[in-house]
Amino acid sequence: METQNQIAVKVGQLSRSYGKVKALDLLSFQIVKGELFGFIGPDGAGKTTLFRIIASLLLPDVGSVKVGDFDTVKDFKEIRKITGYMPGRFSLYHDLTVEENLNFYASIFGTSLEENYELIKDIYSAIEPFKKRRAGKLSGGMKQKLALSCALIHKPEILILDEPTTGVDAVSRVEFWDMLKHLKTMGITILVSTPYMDEASLCDRVALMQKGKILTIDKPESITANFKKEIRAVRSDNIYQLIIDLREYRHTESVHPFGQDVHFIEKGGISTTATELTDYLHQKGHHHIHIQNINAGIEDCFMDLMKEE
Amino acid sequence: MKTIIYILQKEFIQVFRDKTMLPMIFFMPIIQLIVLVNAATFEMNSINLVVVDKDLSTSSRQLVNKFKGSEFYHLKESTFSLKDAEDQILHRKADAILHIHKGFEQDLITENNGKIQLLVNAINSTAAGLINAYTTMIISSYNNQVRAEMINMIQARPVKQIKVSTSFWYNPEMNYKTFMLPGILVILVTAIGMILTAINLVREKEMGTIEQINVTPIRKHHFLIGKLLPFWIIAIFELAFGLLIGKVLYQVPFVGSIPLLFLFASIYILVALGIGLLISTLANSQQQVMFIAFFFLIVFILMSGIFTPVESMPYWAQKVNVINPFSYFMKAIRMIMLKGSGFFDVLKEMLSLFVYAFIVLSLAVWRYRKVA
Repeated sequence: METQNQIAVKVGQLSRSYGKVKALDLLSFQIVKGELFGFIGPDGAGKTTLFRIIASLLLPDVGSVKVGDFDTVKDFKEIRKITGYMPGRFSLYHDLTVEENLNFYASIFGTSLEENYELIKDIYSAIEPFKKRRAGKLSGGMKQKLALSCALIHKPEILILDEPTTGVDAVSRVEFWDMLKHLKTMGITILVSTPYMDEASLCDRVALMQKGKILTIDKPESITANFKKEIRAVRSDNIYQLIIDLREYRHTESVHPFGQDVHFIEKGGISTTATELTDYLHQKGHHHIHIQNINAGIEDCFMDLMKEE
Repeated sequence: MKTIIYILQKEFIQVFRDKTMLPMIFFMPIIQLIVLVNAATFEMNSINLVVVDKDLSTSSRQLVNKFKGSEFYHLKESTFSLKDAEDQILHRKADAILHIHKGFEQDLITENNGKIQLLVNAINSTAAGLINAYTTMIISSYNNQVRAEMINMIQARPVKQIKVSTSFWYNPEMNYKTFMLPGILVILVTAIGMILTAINLVREKEMGTIEQINVTPIRKHHFLIGKLLPFWIIAIFELAFGLLIGKVLYQVPFVGSIPLLFLFASIYILVALGIGLLISTLANSQQQVMFIAFFFLIVFILMSGIFTPVESMPYWAQKVNVINPFSYFMKAIRMIMLKGSGFFDVLKEMLSLFVYAFIVLSLAVWRYRKVA
């Protein structure tokens, strides 16, 4: 186990409600310094609430959050000096230019663009040709780079990114994760939330969240490796009918569409052979049936965990 | 301190880039001062009068000629039918009817008592009151003349009359513009200070930029000072700009001390900013700000004494005016500009506003901390 000073974020018995809705329900976990930690979950899982509490923007109802040695409620001033927060919505000044935004945030943190240029060079260089352009006029990918630059301008120890890749094109998403990996090499602890399952494998560790609870927390490869159920990817010419028919099959535990395939899990391990399943589907009028045993992905694990809840 | 300067810098860049704010700062005073000062007047210049002269005597013609000679009246037409004349009022072609009965001169001579009827369209009671007052003045002047003539005929020596000579202090020519301009200036300065502040703060909420600001180590009071100070400066500038327009366009006299007026204004604007800040904590969007501000402004303006004197309002209304910041400044700016009142004359208002500013700003900052 790590010693105390290697813990970047420590959350203990944390709860927070909005009226009757429990946004966070007794969360407890720790994040190690230098980790790239992902929070994966659908909308409304409580990711943003959790991040806002860690960033000292919101008070917890119960429980405590420590960032480094600082308590988010008592020492919020210290926390704001060492964290960089990028909200889910673009929150920089639309009517200021790229350069003015950066300089403004730098000066508020008592530093300057020149002083920390090294840190943001890789990210900022992509938007530097547009530094005289107003932030509101930038494209989505560029806005995101500017927001990240602003969050990094004061050399934070911890970076909190709330759904940074939502609404960003596929190429920019890949670029963005490359940037995060690079920042990680500089020793910055990164907390990132995303609704995209495929981004989970890019994190050191992930927490799968749903309805204010953490379903599981582990390395992405361990999560998939620990998944014991057999999964079959089934394909046919009529995917919609296929889902309906598989759901009606007597041994079915769960059926989920995954792109072109349908992932099919049986009750209590394999009891039917592939031929039996093919016969059943033929009977139902399917053609071009293709069945294959596959390894579980993060999404399979998540779907399975969600069901158990 | 440095932080405040950075915020100020940012605010001014934003104000000067804003497509609606800048025109509002420069054109609003020009338009308001040109249009409102000229248009909002209590002087009646063309009262449309219909004469129903059923007497057609020397006396009745003399009386009608008095009206013809007055610059305030426009004699529409003469008719013998009261019904026709009433139709004119009905169709909004006339404002008043002067009805002279048959036998007016006869009665005047034999019974010393001639009768005239005045019918006024009182849809607008203010206008009706003025028409009534003007007409009565003309008739009584005619009355004096008749009496003098008649008594002179009998006694052959001049009759004793009390002559009232009136002089209007602080506004000798009863110039309505001199009275209106300071009032419009008060509205202007308040609207700028209150609405722009509230809109500016709410926009940070609306655009979500407040989130990013809140995670910085910026102090709340630094942020608020940086937010309020630009609009304090703009409001002061607005007052100077408006006074300049008044001087150039209307030659409005400035009897009192200019520094005193600005001292007073600088305290007053704090109240306006405080209300603006308070509104921003109640609203989540710029539309909501406009609605709330509109409500405050209408009530405050109409009760401020810009058109009707506060002293003539019912007692309770005068008491309610204690919370109307407009009324303090409205009173003081006219006192300073037109009467030349000194520091101690407006000290009471100044202290009241000081307390007001303190209360409203504390309340607003307290609410702001709670909400943000």
